[in-house]
Amino acid sequence: MQIYLPIAEMSVSIFLLLGMGGMVGFLSGMFGVGGGFLMTPLLIFIGVPPPVAVASEANQIVAASTSGVLAHWRRGNVDFKMGSVLLAGGIVGSIIGTWIFTALKAIGQVDLLISLSYVVFLGLVGSLMFLESLSAMLRSRSGTRRRRKLHQHNWMHGLPFKMRFRKSKLYISAIMPLAIGCLVGILAAIMGVGGGFVMVPAMIYLLGMPTSVVVGTSLFQIIFVTATVTVLHSANTQTVDAMLALLLLSGAVIGAQFGTRFGTKLRGEQLRGLLALMVLGVCGKLAWGLVATPEDLFTLTTLGRVGG
Amino acid sequence: MTVGALPRQRINRLAGSAVLAAGLASSTASAQQAALVTDLSDHLISITSSFSGTDLLLFGAVDGGPGDIVVVVRGPELPVVMRRKDRVAGIWVNRVSEEFQGVPAYYAMGSNRVLRDIASDTLLARLQIGLDNLRFEPKEDLSDAERKIFSDAIVRAKLREGLYRLEIAKVNFLGDKLFRTRIQFPANVPVGNYIVQVYLIRDGRVVGAQTTPLFIKKFGIERAIFDFAHNQPIIYGIAAVILALLAGWAAGVIFRRP
Repeated sequence: MQIYLPIAEMSVSIFLLLGMGGMVGFLSGMFGVGGGFLMTPLLIFIGVPPPVAVASEANQIVAASTSGVLAHWRRGNVDFKMGSVLLAGGIVGSIIGTWIFTALKAIGQVDLLISLSYVVFLGLVGSLMFLESLSAMLRSRSGTRRRRKLHQHNWMHGLPFKMRFRKSKLYISAIMPLAIGCLVGILAAIMGVGGGFVMVPAMIYLLGMPTSVVVGTSLFQIIFVTATVTVLHSANTQTVDAMLALLLLSGAVIGAQFGTRFGTKLRGEQLRGLLALMVLGVCGKLAWGLVATPEDLFTLTTLGRVGG
Repeated sequence: MTVGALPRQRINRLAGSAVLAAGLASSTASAQQAALVTDLSDHLISITSSFSGTDLLLFGAVDGGPGDIVVVVRGPELPVVMRRKDRVAGIWVNRVSEEFQGVPAYYAMGSNRVLRDIASDTLLARLQIGLDNLRFEPKEDLSDAERKIFSDAIVRAKLREGLYRLEIAKVNFLGDKLFRTRIQFPANVPVGNYIVQVYLIRDGRVVGAQTTPLFIKKFGIERAIFDFAHNQPIIYGIAAVILALLAGWAAGVIFRRP
């Protein structure tokens, strides 16, 4: 059954969109990431114009994260104070990101920006996570598991504006979470992702937050950042396809529920290792797209549009 | 008929309409241009949520002996930017860009036999019939060679999107006077004002021509969403977010474990 998407201006199978939503929703619930890093490239792959894919996916992530955060909230796994600090940075970042996006769209470099951002961030984060989870798995296998300190002291703890985060058992400067939130906001606006794949590792390795509250807190921040990004993209470029987002999220909210349950059955390092492999897979696919000689060196962009 | 004319009522039955058209043609046969009368089965294509492309029937009648029919369907003309990629530090990057005017958003043709048997290359070029004969106007001065390279690239890009067609639709004659053909519109057909040009050609000369308007518009929920998004983009964005929050919350409640 085909449906015509009013903003993307194309006809797609409803079941394809529901299926994609369900699959990505499952993974997002399992790993505690928005799933946007998979969905946005998939949408572009089925022919949705990249700016529409980015903006509509941001809208969809709002829903996926809301249903995800409820599950974590009930278990008390959300640090609202930390989430709010990350969010403050995220809003600033999403404004910067939408501004860059709009400017580069005007000069025809936005597709390159999207691809390059994906390759750089997915490559970096994927490699780090993969190596870390591999060494964690090897450590636990050899049985010489050292008791990890609550957190290490480093240069970060010399920064001003210290705040106490009870739930995360941290007393650290607000500058670091603000900066992380800001970076995630920029990525959300440019890549159509929640940014969980950057934020989750940053919260664990840079901030030293306990793994149990990381996923819930990141989802909490993602809801509000992607909501901001949705409104900004709609205002600047009118690229939010609510019909597309609604179909994707119908699949995704259901998938996410199953994903969350399935995820609790897996061990942390296995979960991170799997996520890392997936991140690297998407990265490799996009990197190939940048270096392989295109089928046609020319691309056409239509300027302006006829209303309705 | 002018492009601004209102879309006509849908005429469903071909037979009755064709007879009507033939009647019209014979009653005004004295005028040179009236040697050709044509119409479309519909002057309005509505894009609704179930739209997945459509066909229109073009029919007509010729008078004053046999002739060849060539049909050209042209979509609205919007400026386009062509960008050429070059390899920079190992990756392909858009480098050269050129803006063009006069690029129809959609272009399709039909004829009763092979074009080169109907008319000379000069005539086809003058009427912009055939993908090679489309004249796109660059914003800046380009050499003929560059212009050719870019024009070919525009046609290739449009062919990839399925908005230009290589294959020429068959115009079928029913007897000497009546003819009909089907025009296909894909699911991604752009909205706007289209024109359908029909040429009657005899001995390599155009002896009759008629231009019929065609409107492609969004309707129903498609129209409502599109208008909302473009007229009130901020409120639309907020509404989209609220919808997403509600959907996420509802799913969270429904799937809550006892």
